[in-house]
Amino acid sequence: MADITNSKPATGGMNFNLGKILLEGRAFFALVVIIVAFSFLSPVYFSANNFLIMSSHVAIFGLLAIGMLLVILNGGIDLSVGSTLGLSGVVAGFLMQGVELPSAGVILYPPVWAVVVLTVLLGAFVGAINGVLIAFFRVPAFVATLGMLYVARGVALLMTNGLTYNNLGGAEALGNTGFDWLGFNRIAGIPIGVIVLALVALAVGLVLIRTAFGRWLYASGGNERAAELSGVPTRGVKISVYVLSGVCAAIAGLVLSSQLTSAGPTAGTTYELTAIAAVVIGGAALTGGRGNVRGTMLGAFVIGFLSDGLVIIGVSAYWQTVFTGAVIVLAVLLNSLQYGRAGR
Amino acid sequence: MTVQQSIPDEKKTGEEVVMSARHVAKHYGPIKALKGVNFDIHRGQVTTLFGENGAGKSTLMKVLSGIIAPTSGQILLDGKPVNFHGANDALAHGISIIHQELALAPNLNVRDNIFMGREIRAASGVNFAEEERITRALMKELEEDLDPLTPVEELRLGQQQIVEIARALQAKSRILIMDEPTSALSASEVDVLFKVINDLTAKGVSIVYISHHLEEALEITDHAVVLRDGTMTAWAPRAEIDLEWIVRNMVGENFDLGSPPNSKMGDAALTIENLCVPDASGHGLVVDHLNLNVRSGEIVCIYGLMGAGRTEMMECAAGRLSAQSGTIKLQGREISPLSIAQRIDAGLVLVPEDRQRDGLVPTMTVGQNLSLASIAAFTRGLFTSRKDEREVIENSIREVTVKTDGGGAMIGSLSGGNQQKVVIGKMLATRPEVILLDEPSRGIDIGAKAEVFKLLAKTAETRGLAVVYTTSEVSECLSIAHRIIVMNKGRIAAEFDHTVTKEQIMAASGEAVHH
Repeated sequence: MADITNSKPATGGMNFNLGKILLEGRAFFALVVIIVAFSFLSPVYFSANNFLIMSSHVAIFGLLAIGMLLVILNGGIDLSVGSTLGLSGVVAGFLMQGVELPSAGVILYPPVWAVVVLTVLLGAFVGAINGVLIAFFRVPAFVATLGMLYVARGVALLMTNGLTYNNLGGAEALGNTGFDWLGFNRIAGIPIGVIVLALVALAVGLVLIRTAFGRWLYASGGNERAAELSGVPTRGVKISVYVLSGVCAAIAGLVLSSQLTSAGPTAGTTYELTAIAAVVIGGAALTGGRGNVRGTMLGAFVIGFLSDGLVIIGVSAYWQTVFTGAVIVLAVLLNSLQYGRAGR
Repeated sequence: MTVQQSIPDEKKTGEEVVMSARHVAKHYGPIKALKGVNFDIHRGQVTTLFGENGAGKSTLMKVLSGIIAPTSGQILLDGKPVNFHGANDALAHGISIIHQELALAPNLNVRDNIFMGREIRAASGVNFAEEERITRALMKELEEDLDPLTPVEELRLGQQQIVEIARALQAKSRILIMDEPTSALSASEVDVLFKVINDLTAKGVSIVYISHHLEEALEITDHAVVLRDGTMTAWAPRAEIDLEWIVRNMVGENFDLGSPPNSKMGDAALTIENLCVPDASGHGLVVDHLNLNVRSGEIVCIYGLMGAGRTEMMECAAGRLSAQSGTIKLQGREISPLSIAQRIDAGLVLVPEDRQRDGLVPTMTVGQNLSLASIAAFTRGLFTSRKDEREVIENSIREVTVKTDGGGAMIGSLSGGNQQKVVIGKMLATRPEVILLDEPSRGIDIGAKAEVFKLLAKTAETRGLAVVYTTSEVSECLSIAHRIIVMNKGRIAAEFDHTVTKEQIMAASGEAVHH
């Protein structure tokens, strides 16, 4: 009667085998394979400088993906992060140009720190709208954030009339210089954007593993009804993850517009899909309750290093799209292998 | 009479055997739902399966109808071994099943549900006119005045059950399995169903019947088979059995579920006054001006059938449902405005009926499930303390005696009984004053059941915990409870002390009234 088809993978057992290790560490091995392969194909790929440049590209997706991870752990989805990123950049650009107060007849130039704070608050506000729609009005997350995708993008286009803010440098006389610091400066040779990503990843990782909120999030993503009956404030958790996702998108928007020293209303289009892909490649389950920051970071680096590598060896952009898509599907395929068939 | 695991004797039965199970076993990981069952179905006769929740009745029916494949053992059809590849294959062999949980598509109408998956094809697509004609004829046979074009979601539960029955009848099967077909039917609908069953058996159709209403089942059956804990414990033709025989074989003669503990009864712990909870439609009341008083250290059992309002009463007390009117007091303090979390803090916890749906987080470990309701107890400032959490988890595992590799094991690796102990342990870890348990014995084997009751009795005695549990098994009323309350249609029908008899309880519940 030995029947093992229904048994779950043994936990804490010593029966390690190569297949299992490859399956569980797949994002890591994929990254190694990508780095090794492109190092052979191109002489310029394997260098500290190139890794740092690629990492500052990854920073944008990585920040979005961390916010997305929180939402996906809760069993939801946030399609609005790309648009929120674009809107945040535009609002930051708008604030940098000075805010004219017609009644007082003056133009206010907020300092850069105030621009950053206001932009992050904007991201939180956008996320809060998503969260309230989903938690209190029971709008499906897919629909609520799809609507927000359009609304935020539309607002960004309206604010700029479709144009781009190019002058984000500020002026010494106005006391608002330094916006490019985020995108261009380095500390100990590491781009600020990458450092921001690392800090956000560490903070969120700590929250997930070591705080009550993290436990609530995993529980309500795994079984919301059980979590609720155990006293978990499931609605509060739900709203919080969308707010945090909006904040992450706003930070990514600031980093991107600083890197480009310009803020266009179409920045970040389809980035939400890249972020979802990073989370999924990192082993998170779209049904909620499973996933972690480490995996998501690996997922973001896999996508970033793959697409930059393809650019470096001169593969056409169309092929890049095909490769990225294939990697995503492969990742989900492996996820369903790891978590087994659902139910009995 | 009790023949452990014997193969039914062909000569004694008279009628020809059309289908039989031989040494059928079904394991789900570590859980053994069936441990080698032998079972015969006779042509044109009704065979009833008796057994408590979790005895394996539904699993056996799913094996017979091809929905799940047995882990080992054989199904014989007309004496020849068969392997069904899914329910449709079994249907092709003339076997259909009416599920306990209704398997209808609520958005489709009655006609489309009856023909779902076996539509009558015509050159131009589906022959809806013919389907509608047959549906009308079926409804006439079942004496139910239903328009074939009514969406199923607009029907009462009982009418939905009629549709499910019609669906099985339409398939013109020679073996029809009915898993609790009457649970949502009114008395007159049950009469009609029995008439239909008699017509079918007269035509040579064999019926396998499962019901919790023992007396009702005795009315219709030709053979009785009793399952307990995944094994067939007894088997006999109708002429040789009575209610007492069934209950004895279902429950086991000597299994001790405990006795009321000698706890020191304190002040009123939970006081419910005039509680009214509206039903799903919003027109009637599922809980109707209910009063309940439980003292600390006291164990109260609430007995009632499905739909008696037990679950709603408990969910309302725990804060998941809101009441229409009435007061709920915990140690004299009104708790109606509090949230679920605040009620847990105040000392009132609920162990829900459906542990898979409402009790466990399947993606988390045993330890994380156990500590879920008491995270605050091991949070120091901003962060949780791993050391303190491990202590909470290890204490819980010891207290409720969970058999596990440790707190790090996945919750899915545990058996049903141990999973239930985790849900109970999770709530006990919050150090409650009152614990409400909705069907705590559902789907767990008799040994685990006894352990759960022992645990509750001990906690009531040592901690002065007030315990309220519901059950639909009479044998579980007469165990650890100091008081037994019988609920019927949202009201308290009777109240007994622990010296009451099974017959008195069943009479009070309205179970025996239907004839």
